[in-house]
Amino acid sequence: MKKKGNKGLPPISTASLPDVIFMILFFFMVSTTMRDQELHLKYSLPDATEVQKLEKKSLVSYIHIGEPIGIWREQYGPAPRIQLNDAFKTAQDIGQFVAAERDKLSEQDRALMTVCLKADRYTTMGRITEVKQELRRANALKISYAAGKTLGY
Amino acid sequence: MATDKRKVQEINAGSMADIAFLLLIFFLVATTMNVDTGIARNLPPMPPENQQVEDLKVRVRNVLPVLINGRGDLFVGRAGEQEYLDIHQLKDRAKEFLLNPMDDPNLPEKEMQEFDLPDGSKWTYAVGKGVLSLQTTKDTQYQNYIMVQNELTRAVNEIRDEVARAKFQKKFAELAEGERAVVAKAVPMSISEAEPRDLAGRN
Repeated sequence: MKKKGNKGLPPISTASLPDVIFMILFFFMVSTTMRDQELHLKYSLPDATEVQKLEKKSLVSYIHIGEPIGIWREQYGPAPRIQLNDAFKTAQDIGQFVAAERDKLSEQDRALMTVCLKADRYTTMGRITEVKQELRRANALKISYAAGKTLGY
Repeated sequence: MATDKRKVQEINAGSMADIAFLLLIFFLVATTMNVDTGIARNLPPMPPENQQVEDLKVRVRNVLPVLINGRGDLFVGRAGEQEYLDIHQLKDRAKEFLLNPMDDPNLPEKEMQEFDLPDGSKWTYAVGKGVLSLQTTKDTQYQNYIMVQNELTRAVNEIRDEVARAKFQKKFAELAEGERAVVAKAVPMSISEAEPRDLAGRN
């Protein structure tokens, strides 16, 4: 009778474990966005100090420029290429791409569409300018040069 | 039997944690958290085919050409008086050009403009007409281009900060939306991007 509590520690209750996990789950559901495309190439973005965050992800379309990796490298070689959505394209396809992306947005969001240019730091400007000219032709004038934040050179 | 009815069987919630874990792991794998950052720019619209080039002429004193070549060297200034600058000198050079503090006739002209502040008062500010013209060659590296874009953006941002501090005693980023729009209009981000120059035979 006296020594009842001495038989060892009572087991820790795990009844609130689901609640804790659900909280973490909701945090991740709210603060992340779906991965939407697989990259067929690699790049290291240039660095800059005066960068701004891209506000609304749904209004942003991406153009990737870099070296193909993996099986795509065997197929296309190491020369830098442009990736739109899930396939390699040429600069001439950008007009069509912009039109398709613009169609996905609602009427009032179309003017706010931003194109994010994610290019490797060793790309030459000849290629970048080609892309920029196509964007101008497609009338997608809001662009953002993707760059990593650094504190200075 | 009444006593049996009250005893509804409890659902075993022991596996709830496992289900939650599964969902959690799914979201961890299928989503990304990184926020993209970048230098925002507005491209100029494509000029109509038949437009005369003369329409676009800006007075010579208002333009500061910045040329980046394939090796990443910077040449700043008009043809004939170009200087070779280091990347770290560029920001101050651009600021001096945009502000023209001594009203030098070789530096950009200014025009007094009146702005309506959100609180109803007026504010006159001498808006500089200077344009930084960024030129590249075909073999310029993107990294160098972004570095120069960054320095020029920094020059404009610093001027905006100074103006905001003088007028509102706050930093540009801390201003209210209406005030920020006015300062942004008073100190425009005037960086023009010309098409790359093909320095003949040096490709």
